[in-house]
Amino acid sequence: MPIAYLDEYRDRALAERLVAQIRKVQTRPWVLMEMCGGQTHSIVKHGLDQMLEAALPHTLELVHGPGCPVCVTSLEMIDKAHAIAQRPEVIFCSFGDMLRVPGSRGDLFRLQAQGADIRVVYTPLDCLKLARQYPAKQIVFFAIGFETTAPANAMLVYRAHAEKLDNVSVLVSHVLVPPAIANILQSPANRVQGFLGPGHVCAIMGYREYEPIASRFQVPIVVSGFEPLDILQGALMTVRQLEAGKHTVENQYARILNRDGNPAARQLVYSVFETCDKKWRGVGAIPKSGYKLRWEYRDHDAERRFQVAEIDTLESDLCISGQILKGIKKPHHCPAFGTACTPLHPLGATMVSAEGACAAYYAYGRHLQPSMTGAGGPGRGPHTPQPGPPAT
Amino acid sequence: MNTASSPTPSLVNLTCPLPLTEKERIVLGHGAGGKLTAALIAELFQPAFHNPTLDRLDDQAVLALPAVSAGGRLALTTDSFVVTPIFFPGGDIGSLAVHGTVNDLAMGGARPLWLAAAFILEEGLAQADLRRIVASMAAAARAAGVEIVTGDTKVVNHGKGDQIFITTTGVGWVPEGVHLSSNQARPGDRILVSGTIGDHGMAILSQREGLAFEEPILSDSAALHTLAAAVIDAAGGHLRCLRDPTRGGLATALHEIAERSGVGMLLEEKHIPVRELVHSACELLGIDPLFVANEGKLVAIVAPEAAAAALAALRAHPLGENACLVGEVRSEHPGMLMLRTEVGGTRVLDTLFHEQLPRIC
Repeated sequence: MPIAYLDEYRDRALAERLVAQIRKVQTRPWVLMEMCGGQTHSIVKHGLDQMLEAALPHTLELVHGPGCPVCVTSLEMIDKAHAIAQRPEVIFCSFGDMLRVPGSRGDLFRLQAQGADIRVVYTPLDCLKLARQYPAKQIVFFAIGFETTAPANAMLVYRAHAEKLDNVSVLVSHVLVPPAIANILQSPANRVQGFLGPGHVCAIMGYREYEPIASRFQVPIVVSGFEPLDILQGALMTVRQLEAGKHTVENQYARILNRDGNPAARQLVYSVFETCDKKWRGVGAIPKSGYKLRWEYRDHDAERRFQVAEIDTLESDLCISGQILKGIKKPHHCPAFGTACTPLHPLGATMVSAEGACAAYYAYGRHLQPSMTGAGGPGRGPHTPQPGPPAT
Repeated sequence: MNTASSPTPSLVNLTCPLPLTEKERIVLGHGAGGKLTAALIAELFQPAFHNPTLDRLDDQAVLALPAVSAGGRLALTTDSFVVTPIFFPGGDIGSLAVHGTVNDLAMGGARPLWLAAAFILEEGLAQADLRRIVASMAAAARAAGVEIVTGDTKVVNHGKGDQIFITTTGVGWVPEGVHLSSNQARPGDRILVSGTIGDHGMAILSQREGLAFEEPILSDSAALHTLAAAVIDAAGGHLRCLRDPTRGGLATALHEIAERSGVGMLLEEKHIPVRELVHSACELLGIDPLFVANEGKLVAIVAPEAAAAALAALRAHPLGENACLVGEVRSEHPGMLMLRTEVGGTRVLDTLFHEQLPRIC
């Protein structure tokens, strides 16, 4: 039964028309990266990459970017979260999909089973209610995410501070998209030729800050939405630019955002957070790629409050998530994918969250499809032809 | 979210607490086998459930088999219910405990006859809540034509349970000639669903997490034995298998059939009925309705020649008016479930490792 304003963007005839248009303008293979975990999820859920592969004479490869905030949260931060969550005075609050992310010693689910008070919240502001309800407890929120979640996380800190709720603190691990795009484009192994920009991030930030990146690296960036038609139209707009030798920032998601984004939300974010260098799981340190709390709000900084020491961490040496996050490889190129590494026993960043590329491939059965044996690299390479969907 | 607070029975107006027979809350004595237990049975359970077998109050129900033709068989099933919250839009743990077990019998083609019910009560449970749950069970059993003929009650310390757990065991009668099993699906068979999917799971989730939508999402909890009987009558020997897609939802139920029958399946996403409100809630939370629990829906695998008759029979029943043909059994990819997406792509539906969690963004 249709949902207004949503199902229109899943229309099969319109999707086929967009694919036909891409087919018409494309004269050679291209490699695009979608920046957002939500876009990756949508591509795999709706089978868009397979649709393009079946319909286009030239490859239009969609590689999956580091846009899942859960995946790129560093192991150190996760271990710190676990150390804080284990304290008896703490009610540890988190977005749901963070619970499953493995640290060096298990995940938050395991701590919950051992008696830690861990709660899934749907908005950071739920922590204010908990703080009033349990004044003798320490309410700690795991403030992760890209620019999208920053305003709500900032609002929690702002209101806790204004309402003098001293028992609220946040463990901040915010990451920013533009430095990640620049990092990918600077890598010598980079294959990405055009980007589907992050729609929800730009709804907050606008897309002015992407313009210098597009011109410096001569790469088209089309800020796109998350529904199948958004992604196909974003891909069409990117291919048009590539074929014409253009490299500008365009806005496919105009029904949601404009060049300026949401100034009020941004002002709140800047009043609470300032940029800092940040370590990304699977990628490494990227300068000026994260947020930390401003000095005025230091009393709400959970790292300060609980004095969690730097912890030595160890990643699996089988995991290739760093290369996946940079678009160099795809999940099924990893020998551990679906065997040693599954959502139940994730070895690395990209298998842990529903939005991670490996988890999305796994959830939608790509490890089961006999055809997913293709090697990486531009062009089709030794890719086994994809059998079409079973005919009705 | 569990916000259980310690029970505080009002003792303000009592001069001497000694003669108190606890009427407000469940206490450990209600499970001790003495006077309180007897009182709970006599005043709460027996009046609600009463029938000649139960009223004998023996340790076992002694039952006469129904007078039916030779060749019929007994069906036996058991299920435990631990749902939180215990009252939810569209039902409660009591009616659910009856429907769940009745449906497990019905999916085997059985006519449900009798239920046994075991209660694990947490000290401090309000007797008013227990009374309401028991009344709801009794009403559900009456409506389904089954008798609750024996039972048991235990009480655990406060904090050692979650208000109330109910286990129901059901006995039913499978008439001669009815042989339904999850290993019977064959290539070419059609896959029917009796109505919208995901209603129960999203009703529970939205209630549990305090998510307010414009109107409440109602659980679909219902007894399906008459609906099952209708489709059995309509399709006869062409009906291969019935399943109620409870935990794990439609995708998990079909996956089990595909595995046990050694066949593949292809579903058409656009034909799978999902209520608009449920669909919206799922989109909002990043949850896939194909994996969300149902408590009042069935899946029927039917040979192609009887598919139209089976669909018509489902649609003619009040519990099946939104029934749809959603896919087909295939010989390719045995053990696998493929979905043709709304937009025209395909993907594999695998079973889930975990409970679905709301996504961050």
